[in-house]
Order: sequence, then structure tokens, then C-alpha cells
Amino acid sequence: MTSFVANQLGFAYGLHEATFEFPRNGLITIAGPNGAGKSTLLGILAGLRSPYLGSCTYAGKEVRQWSKREFARKVAFLPQSIRLEFPFTAEEVVLMGRTPYARGWFQTDEDRSAAVDAMTITDTLGFRARDFRSLSGGERQRVILASALTQRPEALLLDEPATHLDLRHQLALYRLLGELAKSLLVVAVTHDLNLALQFSHRVMVLEDGRIAGDGAPRKVLNPELIAHVFGVQATMHGSWMSYEA
Amino acid sequence: MKRSIILSVVVLIVVAVLAPLAGSSHIELGRAFAGVSPDHEIFFYARLPRVILALLGGAALSVTGVLFQCMLRDPLAEPYTLGVSSGASVGAVIAICLGWRATGVASLAGAALVLLMVLGMAVEGRRLSSFTLLLTGVTMNSMAFAVILFLHNLASFSQSFAISRWLMGGLEAVEYSTLAWLAVVVIGVSVLVTIYAPHWNLLAVGDDWAASRGVSTVRLTAMGYIAGSVLTGLVTSLTGPIGFVGLIVPHALRLKLGADHRALLPCAFLLGGAFLVACDTLSRTVIAPTEIPVGVLTALCGGPFFLWLLKSRRRSLWL
Repeated sequence: MTSFVANQLGFAYGLHEATFEFPRNGLITIAGPNGAGKSTLLGILAGLRSPYLGSCTYAGKEVRQWSKREFARKVAFLPQSIRLEFPFTAEEVVLMGRTPYARGWFQTDEDRSAAVDAMTITDTLGFRARDFRSLSGGERQRVILASALTQRPEALLLDEPATHLDLRHQLALYRLLGELAKSLLVVAVTHDLNLALQFSHRVMVLEDGRIAGDGAPRKVLNPELIAHVFGVQATMHGSWMSYEA
Repeated sequence: MKRSIILSVVVLIVVAVLAPLAGSSHIELGRAFAGVSPDHEIFFYARLPRVILALLGGAALSVTGVLFQCMLRDPLAEPYTLGVSSGASVGAVIAICLGWRATGVASLAGAALVLLMVLGMAVEGRRLSSFTLLLTGVTMNSMAFAVILFLHNLASFSQSFAISRWLMGGLEAVEYSTLAWLAVVVIGVSVLVTIYAPHWNLLAVGDDWAASRGVSTVRLTAMGYIAGSVLTGLVTSLTGPIGFVGLIVPHALRLKLGADHRALLPCAFLLGGAFLVACDTLSRTVIAPTEIPVGVLTALCGGPFFLWLLKSRRRSLWL
């Protein structure tokens, strides 16, 4: 069973002839140097970058042909961070995820229970009434994740979700993503190869808009590939690696 | 949310009922309705139309302020940011310089022209972005200001006075037929944008955020720009630019109610209307029979109140 299928997928700048198939569950990380096309690829998968070249389907239907509302019930996208100018509460931000299901102007009981579920999973219920802008980076990231979960998606796309988090929260987030990946597809762009190595089922490495490696993390993230793509010397130490210039 | 809307309705009704009774000459409501002169004329032909105009104008400017701040994600945005009112001012100034009496029509034409020009610039390639809108609007403002300065420089003494008065903004009694179509448009457009309140919430966070949750962001942004411009253009053509209302009413409401547009838009309509009616009533009573330009009062009354709100920063329905 597949979810996303890309064939000769490209974009005006930043991505060339990418061909791959994603399963319906599992944690896939996308790694690569700055400007390698990671965010572009994620944006295409999320339906936010078009027109793209080649083909990219979700559940057999071309991504650009999905209605936005239908697509948002299947695929949830998490930006790296959001910057709010206005005083939305954490709960209001979470409830925005219910938009693809909204039938009217008012939230339903189902919306509210979905929000409570998502906020329980992400441990954000404690500050549901607080102004989003007053939250710490880690708390914000979890609120955004909760918002995506209320979409009840089949696939979750995350753009560098751990960037603003401290070490403990990075691990906690990836552990949670690993849990979620048992029942849905989780695709995360990351700069941290150790997180990719430790938590993902599959890693895709991009270099100059092309796929340089794709497969099991232990196989793909070998010192030769890392030296070639990132230009650093990596040394494996069992389940983790160190690098030097 | 329901409570805040009901409270706003009550405030608006109280203000709108009391305002026409206040003024430099004392009138009695009974005599006004009985058709006794001069109470009847003062009430129905001098004060009531002006109160209705203030109500609709304040409502339209506040709703536009909420929309533009949301779309541009800029707390400093206001109804005059995107250029339409400058177009209206240029139209009016040209009319004054050419000695036309229909300044209202000319300013309406100026507003419409700018609206079409900005749209033409910004929708190129079907990628209407708030950034292009903002830059185009600000440029329009500068160009319009230059044209006004140029014409002002050429104008005669009496024309120059008329131009200054127009640019100060102010409310005057207008025909009931004018008020009727203004009411239809202002109420209609405000209801339309309020229907989309849940989507404005997402757009206030970001374009990608909204688009990845099923919102057609280009269509929504275009609707917000056209709706806000129609409201501002119409009101400006009748009153001239009245500052502060469209900037401060939305912020005051956000401090009290939060950022949810489902409460924000209806309350901005109701309390924005009430605020301008109250300011206009003060402007014609404080040092009667001389009038203070209403823009002076919106800033002088609204400013300190807003600063106090900002300082207390407590979210609640009651003050």
C-alpha cells in the first residue's frame, strides 16, 4: 500500500527528477544540506508548491487535482514555526486544524473533543487558554503538532520540527512521532542525522535537488555518502555518529 | 462570544438613541415626531441622518481595519493603508480645483480607479499576495499625496480652504436616499465577510497555514481587499478620511475579546459604529456652535482610552 508516489518529480528551482514511493505508515526523514530541496519537496507533498513538473500522486490522485479541503483531511502540514501578530489562545490555534471538517460557523462537540484528544497526546492541555505568543518554543511546536493532529490526517508532513527545541524535547518529539508513525505516515525534514538514524524507518538524502540516497537509515547514512553530500567526516559509534570537518 | 455581541448591540442602541437628542439646541422627541417645527426639522433633517452616517461609517472603517490587519498580518494596517482612500481624496481635490460641486462622485471615482489599479497590479499571475498588496497600496498613497500637494499648491485661497476641510474629514447630514444605499452596501459587505470569519482566523496566522487547512487563500485575500476597499471608498467619499477609528477599534476589541474573528467582526461593526457616533456627538456639542473636526476627537478620546486598555491588558467582556 502506498500513499505518495512521485515520478520524475521536479520544481522550477530546487528539485529534479525525484522518483519514490512512500508507504502508508512509518517515519521517513528527509535530510540534506541547505538548499538541497528538502522544503521544496515537502511543500509539493503538502500541496503548497505548484505547478510542479512530473507527477506526484496521493492515494492515486495527482496532488494538484485534490480539492484543498479534501486533501487537508488526509494530509497535515506543519510549518517550521508560526509567528502570530494577534492574541489567539493555544486552543484556538489547535481548533484551526478542524477547518477542513467545518460545516458552519460554530465549532461542534466533535471538533472540541478532537482538540482535547490532540492536546492530551501532545501534553498541551495545561496551557490551552494561554496566549500562543506567550508560550516557549517547545510548547508552540507541540501546539502546532496538536493542531495538525485534529485534522485526523493519514499523513503528517513536518518541516524541521525539532529546530527550536532543546535536547530533551527533541527526543520527546521524535519518540512521539515514532508512536504516531505506527498508524500514519510521518515525513519530517531534519538537519540532525542522529535523530534520523535513531528514530526513522527510512531516510531520504537530497543533494542539489536530486535524491542522493534513499533507504534504511543505517545503510544510507554511511560515512562515504555523508562525506560526499555534506562534506564532513563521519564516524559511526554503534547507533550514533560523530562528525568533524 | 454571544455575550459580547449582545452587549455590543446594547451599547450601539443606547448611543444611537441618545446621540440625536444631544446638540446645541434643545429638542423634545415628542415634538419632533409630532412634526412640530423646529424640533421636527432638527431631529429628522439635521441630526438623525448624521448619526446614521456616523454609525455606518464607523462600522465600515472598523470592519475594514480588522480585515486589513488580518490579511496583511500587520497590526499597524488600517483602512487607509491600501490606497483606496487616497484615491478618493485625489478625486475630491480635483473636483474642488475644477469647481465641480459633485466632490462625492469624483472621490468615488478616484477610489474605484485605485481599487482597479491595485488589483490589476497584484493579481498578476494569479498570485495575489498580501505583500504585493501592501507595497502597491503604500505606493498609491505616496503618489496620491504628491498629486494632492501639487494641486493644493496651484489652488486659490478659497479652494485651498476647501481642500484642507475635506482632508480633515467630517460628518454632515446627507440625503436619506444616499444613506439607504450606503446601509445596503455596508451591511451586506460586512455580513459577507463575517460569514468567512473562521477562515480569516487561519489567514491571520499565515498563507501556508491557511492553505494547508483547506482555505482558498488567494480568493479570500482578494475578497478581503475588495470588500475593505468598497467599504472604505464609499465611506470616504461621503465623509473624507476619518483617522484612528479603523486602527484602534480593532485593537481595543482584540485586547478584550481575543483574536477570534467570529466575535471580532460583529463587535467591530457594532462598537465601531457606536464609537464614531459618540465622537461625532461630542464634536458638535463640546464647544457648540463651533464644531471640532471629528478626526480630532476620535484620536483625543480614543487614544487615552486605548492606552489605558493596553496598560490593563486584561481579557474580559466587561471593562
